[in-house]
Amino acid sequence: MDILVVHLLNALLYASVMFLIAGGLSLIYGVMRIVNLAHGNLYAFGAYVTAWAVGRALGTATEASLWLYAILPVGAVAAALLGALLEPTLLRPLYRRAEEYQLLITFGLLLILEDVMRLLWGPYPLQASALYEALGSFTIGESIYPSYNLVVIMVGGAAAAGLWAFVYRTQFGVVLRATSQNMRMASALGVNVNRVYVRAFTLGCFMAGLAGAVIVPQQGAVLGMGVDALILAFVVVVIGGLGSLEGALIGALMVGLVREAGITLFPEIELAVLYLMAAIVLLIRPAGILGRA
Amino acid sequence: MTTTAPRRTLAWAAPVLAALIALPFVVPPYQTVLLTYGLVFAIAALGFNLLLGYTGLLSFGHSAYFGMGAYAVAFIVKYAKLESMEAFLLGGVLASGAVAAVFGVLCVRYTKIFFGILTLALSQVLWSLAFKFFWVTGGSDGLRVPTPTLLGGAVRAGSDKFEFLSHRYYFYVLAVFVVAVALMWVIVHSPFGKALQAIRDNETRAEFVGVQVRHYRWVAFLISGMFTGLAGALWVPLNGLTTPDILHWTFSGKIVFFTVLGGFQTFFGPIVGAVIFNYLETYAVGHTVYWQMVLGIVLVALVLVLPAGIVGTVRRLLARPVRAV
Amino acid sequence: MDLLRTSQLCKSFGDTHAVDHVDFAVAAGEVLALIGSNGAGKTTLINVISGLIRPDSGRVDFQGTDITGASVHHKIALGIARSFQLVNLFDQLSVRDNVTLAIFSREGRTRRLFSLADADSAVRDEGAVVLKEFGLEARGSALAGGLSQGERKLLDVAVAYALRPRLLFLDEPTSGVSTREKAPIMDIITQVVRSGGITAVIVEHDMDVVFTYCPRIVAMHQGAILADGTPEQIRNNAQVTANMLGTTG
Repeated sequence: MDILVVHLLNALLYASVMFLIAGGLSLIYGVMRIVNLAHGNLYAFGAYVTAWAVGRALGTATEASLWLYAILPVGAVAAALLGALLEPTLLRPLYRRAEEYQLLITFGLLLILEDVMRLLWGPYPLQASALYEALGSFTIGESIYPSYNLVVIMVGGAAAAGLWAFVYRTQFGVVLRATSQNMRMASALGVNVNRVYVRAFTLGCFMAGLAGAVIVPQQGAVLGMGVDALILAFVVVVIGGLGSLEGALIGALMVGLVREAGITLFPEIELAVLYLMAAIVLLIRPAGILGRA
Repeated sequence: MTTTAPRRTLAWAAPVLAALIALPFVVPPYQTVLLTYGLVFAIAALGFNLLLGYTGLLSFGHSAYFGMGAYAVAFIVKYAKLESMEAFLLGGVLASGAVAAVFGVLCVRYTKIFFGILTLALSQVLWSLAFKFFWVTGGSDGLRVPTPTLLGGAVRAGSDKFEFLSHRYYFYVLAVFVVAVALMWVIVHSPFGKALQAIRDNETRAEFVGVQVRHYRWVAFLISGMFTGLAGALWVPLNGLTTPDILHWTFSGKIVFFTVLGGFQTFFGPIVGAVIFNYLETYAVGHTVYWQMVLGIVLVALVLVLPAGIVGTVRRLLARPVRAV
Repeated sequence: MDLLRTSQLCKSFGDTHAVDHVDFAVAAGEVLALIGSNGAGKTTLINVISGLIRPDSGRVDFQGTDITGASVHHKIALGIARSFQLVNLFDQLSVRDNVTLAIFSREGRTRRLFSLADADSAVRDEGAVVLKEFGLEARGSALAGGLSQGERKLLDVAVAYALRPRLLFLDEPTSGVSTREKAPIMDIITQVVRSGGITAVIVEHDMDVVFTYCPRIVAMHQGAILADGTPEQIRNNAQVTANMLGTTG
């Protein structure tokens, strides 16, 4: 029984991170109809920045004091700032052009960011495990489980709730939804579409960065994590539907559960199980479970 | 797609071909081998651009076919104990074709971003398999491939491998290159090629003109994969070794890059881009380890400033009015 | 036997009944207009019949055979073609290529990979004839994307025509074109349709065009057929004039 709880928690952990990344991707697509191939690298960037900041703050100390956790979000903020910089400079010029160019430029961005991270932090993984270990663990029946994982799950849940509130309960959320449904109409009604776009993009990048920031104590920051995350985020949005936050949530949960089951039952082919799931969904429902094509 | 009359194309292609034939007698062997790599990548680019420039599908996973072609050669050496280049080419094309056929069925149901990510994901699956089944593929060490015999054993390497590569093997690759270019040229100017371009321009109308879009995309995918696989098969003897690197998405990125660099809206653009890129990579890679960043920056610049690529821009500068023939 | 017959054809989008139990028949050789205000369901009806979207219920028969669920490809093979209200062309191909592609497709030659398209003289000649019929022969080499709106509308029809259909749906062939150009375009279309023995259903908003060129008019309103008759009958139909024409005459 307690093993089951552990597995469930692991699945939720994974789902939380995936929801943040895929949700950001979906949000950006839903509002702006663009897909940022470098989105995964913003997740990686957030992880690196947080790991670096924690490392600096920690100095030579081996134990983390509680206030260090306040530094965690710095990765999210950094990713958001980067996003705010990139949208008006690199993406806005391409809205009127064929979609290939959008893919090409974000692919170029992906390449640049990969090497920027290598340049800034070197080819070896960066850890922030002090934060992970400081919270210790708790017992579930006969198993022990790291307490930090609960933090991640809570952040994921809070993000889902906060995002929902933001999109459905705030003024800006209304503007966001209006713009995503009909950009021309919104513009004709006086909405500053450019501002909405940059804010939506920044928010999406913030989410990706937050995912990296929050998971880095558990798994570290390593080169190449961005592209892996991108592919997985796509599996999530394929299942849940691109452009739907609810879909991202459902997709993330499903991916989390299937992955956990896969790792436990067929550890050899864990990745293949996920791809298979995505392939099946793609074959049956191209728009995903909740998405708009 | 601007196309030029065959006669006009031959007018400048003939001298270029003559120069290519004369090359090994004029430049040091190292340069010839370098260009051989360029020609190989050009064939890959040619295959890739059938999908991008002519069918409107941007694949981020073409490393899968290049790699499949290369590994097929390695397997033929390892398991069939053959060393014939013809066997290599056949095996490479068949293997990459088989993979393209399977991947294509899944990928061509989608366009744009989903297509792109799907191709990327599938090639990454192949890449991870190369590590997983290390006892077959040699894992990260890869597999060695000796110099092959050409023309059914009539031409052998002898003791000087480099001399073989820079002369006999170069001419072999050049011949295959010319055939590949001619073949692709006919394909894109055929009724099938027109159908692909129609699909690129307006998939709905193509459907309403009676062209079964999904099927044609699949065929294009298959041909594209085979051309790229052919390139992979030609590449391995040059390199002497195949490793999982060429299955990784970064290699796919290079293919995308040099096609866009040369200009994906023209027939010869990708060829030019591949050759130029090969030189860039060879001479610049010693200068910086941040090679990906350089590629990325140039790609961004290309998209923002020079979307027509090198060949496309040169055409415009030559101030020909845009005219289809 | 009617060339085309729909029976209780229905298509809804959410709460909107775009096509509401439509019984519609067309006899071979007819040239009829399909009129109605925006949202009346004309384009949806064509979309359903031509196969762009599937109906919710009902049936479409062509030459006596049920084609309700048939694919677009099959319908084209049977001889149903359409042009588009918002011009749908292959913008980066030449005008000539746009037309010859339809011919190649019709002849099943788009499978051919190893022969040059330009070398097929039969197709090329037929393409030239089609272009001439549509008055586009001077623009043969131009890219479709570079044509004027009127030329594009004509090319859109020419491409459908090149399929040598038995039944041709023309969705607002003169929309977006200046009043001056409308008559020449309709002249060409009706000439081509008549000499080819093609049955044509023309969706139009311009009532002058409708009354001049179409011996039969079918009026739709809110997804259903409101009236069906000669120009005289339609002109005198109070419901039609009230819904669509605004004023009488």
